[in-house]
Amino acid sequence: MRHLLALLAGCVLASAAMAARAQDKSGDEVAKYREMLADGNPADLVELRGEELWKAKRGPKNASLEQCDLGLGPGVVDGAYAQLPKYFPDSKKVMDLEARLVYCMTTLQGFTEAEVTKAWFTKPGKEADMEALVTFVGARSNGKPINVANRHPQEAAMAKMGEYIFYRRAGPQDFSCAICHANDNKRIRLQELGNLTTKEGAGTAMKSFPAYRVSQGNVWSMQRRLIDCMRQARWPEPKYLSDAVIALEVYLQGKANGTVMQTPGIKR
Amino acid sequence: MRYKLFVLAALAGMSVGAGAAETASLVAKQAEKMFLESFRSDNPKYWMRRLEQDEAMRLCSTYKDNPPAKIRQQIQLKEMATIRYPVDGKLIGDWMEGEKLASSGRGGHIGFIQPDPRGTPRGGNCYACHELSPREVAYGTIGPSLKHFGRTRGNGEDVIKYVYDKVYNSNAFSACTNMPRFGYHSWLTPEQITHIVAYLLDPESPVNGD
Ligand code: HEC
Ligand code: HEC
Repeated sequence: MRHLLALLAGCVLASAAMAARAQDKSGDEVAKYREMLADGNPADLVELRGEELWKAKRGPKNASLEQCDLGLGPGVVDGAYAQLPKYFPDSKKVMDLEARLVYCMTTLQGFTEAEVTKAWFTKPGKEADMEALVTFVGARSNGKPINVANRHPQEAAMAKMGEYIFYRRAGPQDFSCAICHANDNKRIRLQELGNLTTKEGAGTAMKSFPAYRVSQGNVWSMQRRLIDCMRQARWPEPKYLSDAVIALEVYLQGKANGTVMQTPGIKR
Repeated sequence: MRYKLFVLAALAGMSVGAGAAETASLVAKQAEKMFLESFRSDNPKYWMRRLEQDEAMRLCSTYKDNPPAKIRQQIQLKEMATIRYPVDGKLIGDWMEGEKLASSGRGGHIGFIQPDPRGTPRGGNCYACHELSPREVAYGTIGPSLKHFGRTRGNGEDVIKYVYDKVYNSNAFSACTNMPRFGYHSWLTPEQITHIVAYLLDPESPVNGD
């Protein structure tokens, strides 16, 4: 742990120096982090904690999540992330991993929804359980291709609505997702923006979430990522697990379909 | 809601039968509702108003930022007519003030997780998308390079007016551009825009230096 932290601190310093010199090479920065972190992604620890949480008997019903059905049957974790979001007949909703985990925590463990969604993202000094669980489940899809075929009519509808929202402009800067993410090889300041409308761009993004963000010092789930992009768009704040965010995920996972998962990614 | 979603789902899967335009407008209707219902109910009303679209936004969204020529023309004319000028009529201000505005990407972030502190001045954030001064290497590439803009375009009356108008309402020249409409939204005041004009055009400005 200490070793990892020292390594990370080193990276941050090195990156500041690099940023100062960075010209058209902002990508190098992240490549360097990756090299330096090759023998230990700090998110590996988060993943371990997620596994413990998954197995621990918790909540009013004193149950673990081991019987949670993530779409491949009760208890199947391997490959589960790669086929989400997905329509679930029991809830009659298209759910992403986080929505599904909340469903299992309420039905299996007896927590209230408010309890498990209150601290859904990590704040300084308080690592969120949700992020640990997402990191654990995400990593158990590594090596598997993203596979959201949108076979169910509701999945197909969500993909369409996600696409609509992707191009929907609003706010005092006229922003939509597309203005930042529908062109190749663009960056905002020094941050590279993938073209999420192509398989390559969407694949690069979607295969690597949940991801460890070096600038934040913690793991970000896709919910966290998209809710922050809406903040950058100068929009109000969406609800955690809202349909709009899940629809965007369905759309983007669909674009990324076939890309082999490799999480937790490492991001700026 | 569930029933409508089902109808929509059925339509989404259809290629013949329902016209493509009809399907698209049904998707739009459903998606609009779902989008607006996806925001926290404790967002103040005046924040939620940011999600309302004017006609230009609506058209650009519908055509995925690539409207047919006729609609492009229509948007541009309408946007041109929104441009307002400073009372004293002077369109070129102080490049040093302009530089501050061009460099700042702050202001206007709302929400509960990481909003800008109340009263944070809004920047023009030009460097997010444009290269300007050759000395600033941290620039984005969403827009074209504006390095040496005044050196290459000159700073005559027509150029001054063009830059003012462009920053005030970018869509007056290129409908559905990725560049925000800074004056139109009152994100920047007319006076602030004159400072940005100076930053691009003043021979003393670093934008036109080496
Ligand atoms: C004003 C700019 C802006 C807008 C608007 C915006 N984003 Fe982003 N987006 C970013 C930035 C900056 C990053 C982070 C890039 C980095 O990590 O360096 C990012 C990252 C992402 C990523 C992760 C990419 C990766 O490879 O890590 C996804 C996915 C994404 N955005 C989707 C969206 C969606 C969907 C919307 C619309 C709701 C949206 N963005 C709106 C700026 C924006
Ligand atoms: C989010 C992206 C974005 C931001 C922020 C932005 N621009 Fe732009 N800008 C563009 C794009 C894209 C174009 C090219 C398409 C067009 O002409 O609208 C452009 C074009 C321009 C042009 C026309 C260039 C020419 O050759 O005629 C000028 C001038 C300009 N921008 C100035 C500015 C200034 C000054 C600011 C800050 C106050 C700014 N822009 C902020 C994206 C942006």
